[in-house]
Amino acid sequence: MTRCFFMAFITTALIGPVTAADMAPETLVQSVATEVLGIIKNDKDIQSGDAKKVVALVEEKILPHFDFTRMTALAMGLNWRKATAEQKAQLTDQFRTLLVRTYSTALTKYRDQTIEYRPLRAQPGDTDVTVRSLIMQPGAEAITIDYSMEKTSASWKVYDVTVAGISLVTTYRDAFTQEVRKAGVDGLIKRLADKNRQLETKGG
Amino acid sequence: MRMVSAADLRLSFSRRRGAAALAPLVLLALLGGCASAGPVNPRDPLEATNRAVFEFNDGLDKAFIKPVAQAYRAVLPQPVRTGVRNFFGNLQDPWIGVNNLLQGKVEAGLTDWFRFATNSTIGFGGVMDVASGMRMAKHNEDFGQTLGVWGAPPGDYLVLPLFGPSNVRDGLGLIVDAYGYGGFWLPRLIDPPHRVAWRNSLSALDIVNLRASLLDTESIFEAAALDRYSFLRDAYMQRRRNLIYDGDPPRERLRDEEEPVAPTSLDTEPSRWIMAHPTALGVARYSGPLATAHAVQVVEPTVPANYAGVLAAGGRAATPRGEDNE
Repeated sequence: MTRCFFMAFITTALIGPVTAADMAPETLVQSVATEVLGIIKNDKDIQSGDAKKVVALVEEKILPHFDFTRMTALAMGLNWRKATAEQKAQLTDQFRTLLVRTYSTALTKYRDQTIEYRPLRAQPGDTDVTVRSLIMQPGAEAITIDYSMEKTSASWKVYDVTVAGISLVTTYRDAFTQEVRKAGVDGLIKRLADKNRQLETKGG
Repeated sequence: MRMVSAADLRLSFSRRRGAAALAPLVLLALLGGCASAGPVNPRDPLEATNRAVFEFNDGLDKAFIKPVAQAYRAVLPQPVRTGVRNFFGNLQDPWIGVNNLLQGKVEAGLTDWFRFATNSTIGFGGVMDVASGMRMAKHNEDFGQTLGVWGAPPGDYLVLPLFGPSNVRDGLGLIVDAYGYGGFWLPRLIDPPHRVAWRNSLSALDIVNLRASLLDTESIFEAAALDRYSFLRDAYMQRRRNLIYDGDPPRERLRDEEEPVAPTSLDTEPSRWIMAHPTALGVARYSGPLATAHAVQVVEPTVPANYAGVLAAGGRAATPRGEDNE
């Protein structure tokens, strides 16, 4: 037994762990989802809504697989070009904070639903794919969750999540356009920062 | 190219007709005053009025419906609430089946009726959803979706008093749905003299139970939304498009900041898609009990390659969103 373990250890050390860079997009999504949901299932604090713990989990396990600059650019639409480099960085930062909070709130609501993955519709050379999954829940229609992913130099990165047909990124586009029109790019940055501060003080 | 321009024409035609029917609302919107140059979302020209109705609905919810729903959830345990949800879900199934048939999805329509028969009998009048356990999947259909599959464009976005987000097409669909819904017929069949009282009581229970089930979702929504009105509007539009394609819409590549906005709405796509894939109705879109998610293969229509032609034609859909200001 010990020897088996040791062998396994040596082999892993030699070959090196399978990193995110080598993973196919659907494998990446599945392994991250399985890991994160497994942690939530066994963590009473998270289930009772411990915001700090969930945010930490999201930051550690989920964030590295998201391309927030791309997400922010898509949510900004044509206004992205109006922003300076510094504004872009600030926007991305604030938008990331907001999305992490939203995602965290959603995760605390997770109970015992099961996930099914639908086959990937992609050609071998594709650099942009959608990984499609179904959340099955008894007595109600299944909810689709699709991850739009792009191959970057490092690995596959998620740039949009679509829940029941509703895209996380484009849903923000009108609100962003409206804010920029009213108060400029700085106005939008301020608005996002205010929203984040407000969520933080609420402890939500 | 010809197809696209024709579709655009049809779109603008029906938009105008929709607007004419709503002339009083338009007037109201004008009186309300449009401070900015044009609507942020071209499909919501009645934004001022819609926002007012949204506020009204929200006030009503905060003052009355939400507190009742919270009390309801505190008093009744989850299994009871699930039973109530199943009961009303069961009353919807026959009409969902009719809509599936109207959309040409025979297998799905029959499944809905088998669901109804199964759950109404061995599911104790629909309180237990035994059919789902027998791999008869629950569907989400209504007459607005049927109109959409037939090629009706959504028309302007509307927020209806009490009913919430909608559009011209779905609003009309709602009227038809009211007569197709099992909850309308049940009181007529079992207790005709008191049918109005029954109907009102059932509706009240349905609404409160539904609202209670949304309390969790609401907290996510509150955390996420920068502007609740536009967030709900955009979510609604995307959700309806997704439903019309039964959860598997043709892939819409997200536009990067550099590209002009491609036609985003469903507007005319389904009818075109069905014309291009006549067999798809019964075969590829089959989602009955025997279809595993893996077996469903949907042929994706290609995004018009001649998109430049649409731009040149100056179609409404080709107007880059967000640049129509100042």
